[in-house]
Amino acid sequence: MFASCADPSLLSGLDWLACYLTSGKHLDFYRSFGTVLILLAVTAPVALAFGFAGALAARSQLGLVSILGRGYMAMVRGVPDIVFFLFFVIALDQGIEWLTHQVRCPDWTEPIRNGLEFRVCPQAKVPPGAAPQSVHSLYGFGLAVVTFAIVFGAFAANVLLGAMNAVPRAQIETALAYGMSERQATRRVLIPQMWIYALPGLSNLWLILIKATPLLFLLGVRDVVYWARELGGSKTSAYEYPHPDWRLYYFLGLLVFYLLMTRISELVLARISARLSRGQATMAGEAMRKAGATA
Amino acid sequence: MSCWETLADYGLRSLGVGERLLPRSDFTLCQQVVLIGSGLIWNIYFGALALTSGFVLATGLALAKAARSRWLRKPAEWFIFLFRGSPLFIQFFLAYEALVMLPRQGIDVFGITVETAWLTRAWAGALIVLFLNTAAYSAEIFYGALKSVPKGDLEAAEAYGITGWARFRRILWPTMLRLGWPAYTNEAIFLFHATTLVFFSGFPAFQQRGDALYYANYFADKTFNPFVPYPIVAGYFILLTLGLTLLFGVANRRLNRHLAPNQRPRLKLRPQIIR
Repeated sequence: MFASCADPSLLSGLDWLACYLTSGKHLDFYRSFGTVLILLAVTAPVALAFGFAGALAARSQLGLVSILGRGYMAMVRGVPDIVFFLFFVIALDQGIEWLTHQVRCPDWTEPIRNGLEFRVCPQAKVPPGAAPQSVHSLYGFGLAVVTFAIVFGAFAANVLLGAMNAVPRAQIETALAYGMSERQATRRVLIPQMWIYALPGLSNLWLILIKATPLLFLLGVRDVVYWARELGGSKTSAYEYPHPDWRLYYFLGLLVFYLLMTRISELVLARISARLSRGQATMAGEAMRKAGATA
Repeated sequence: MSCWETLADYGLRSLGVGERLLPRSDFTLCQQVVLIGSGLIWNIYFGALALTSGFVLATGLALAKAARSRWLRKPAEWFIFLFRGSPLFIQFFLAYEALVMLPRQGIDVFGITVETAWLTRAWAGALIVLFLNTAAYSAEIFYGALKSVPKGDLEAAEAYGITGWARFRRILWPTMLRLGWPAYTNEAIFLFHATTLVFFSGFPAFQQRGDALYYANYFADKTFNPFVPYPIVAGYFILLTLGLTLLFGVANRRLNRHLAPNQRPRLKLRPQIIR
């Protein structure tokens, strides 16, 4: 990066460290923190949407839709989430290739699953075999996002269904008595009121989501864990910056990063909670009202 | 090869007993069920030992966090924040790297050489991490329960002249457990789920002796077919979860046996505490 870093073997002390920490690989490492933040920013709304759909489906009057919703919610209760992470990445990949195969090569006669092989016609490869590396990594990242969204959507559905049930029943009944349809009551009365009840569960889920991001490493994405292992491993003098095994320090850095993320989130969420409690008929809202009255 | 032979060969494979080589081709359903089930022994080992040892530390930490003295409260708060605020995955990596750095030939303590090599193996190293982790999570649960012990119970105890250790053992502790039990059941279940992370993080599987997910991943990698091994793991874990719920339900009934049946809290499985 700097001109003085041209020949690292001449450097020592702080100069060496400054050059070491700004080497090309390290810049990739810093960028991978961005990957984590992007994953969080993309997954959170998508998972919330999945959860919302799941919770609404579970409340549906139609038997089949309700069973689907409940099944989706029950999925995460008995089985470790990491099983889903490992499963969905392969299953989604194969599912997408299978579908494109059906569309693009209807005349293909050989079986797709032959013994130990999963083989689709060359036109159905996703992404195409000739695609540049960046497309492949983007596709991998996309699969990871969808996987995270499916698993965390199931968690969010549990939280949101609980919140919907927590809205006082009388509110809905009043809405129905005023002649609103079931759907109108849901949209105008239930959904606006449920957020304050959902907030503790959703904040909990956000903290869990932050702590689940290192699992990206298992899904084959070059994330912070990948780079920490890669850069921290001992480097012989064949490398530009030889050093012994420093993985411990890299992982300490990651630990601090995650602790900071958790702390900042906790502070922000406490603010949001205070803001949403204002004027609500809950204990927190009542306490705020009293504090305001005496002041 | 019949299924019984497979069971004899691979039933205890995760402990290093039986056939040394894992199947490499012509995978049968029986092999997958047996090997993954054999791996489950490790999940139960990690879960059960971490939970029982963590329970003791968690009680101590909860009391320390509720203590008036800063010197007790602050360390407990920091410990709990450290383990609850960071991913278990990173904790495993960090612990492994730290344990590997211990001197190979052992540490001299007053002339006696203490072996350290065993600490880098999963059965000890990962167990220590899981123990500390579950202690932190459970401590937070118990702390919350301790805070909501009814004031009247303690006043009644004092009126009867029960104080100090007797008050803790006979009033405070049972009430704390009773109030925290539903949340603690959740914690136990998700601790067992978390044990699947052991062999995917820093700790290598020695001679391919891994846990249930390790073998499932092995089969999925070899057959390119995730639709058989992962549902098998899922099935095993659903059974494990059911078993745990039953076991903790028995304890729950015992803790609440003085209450009228309609006042007893029911155990409800809420997926909230994955880490």
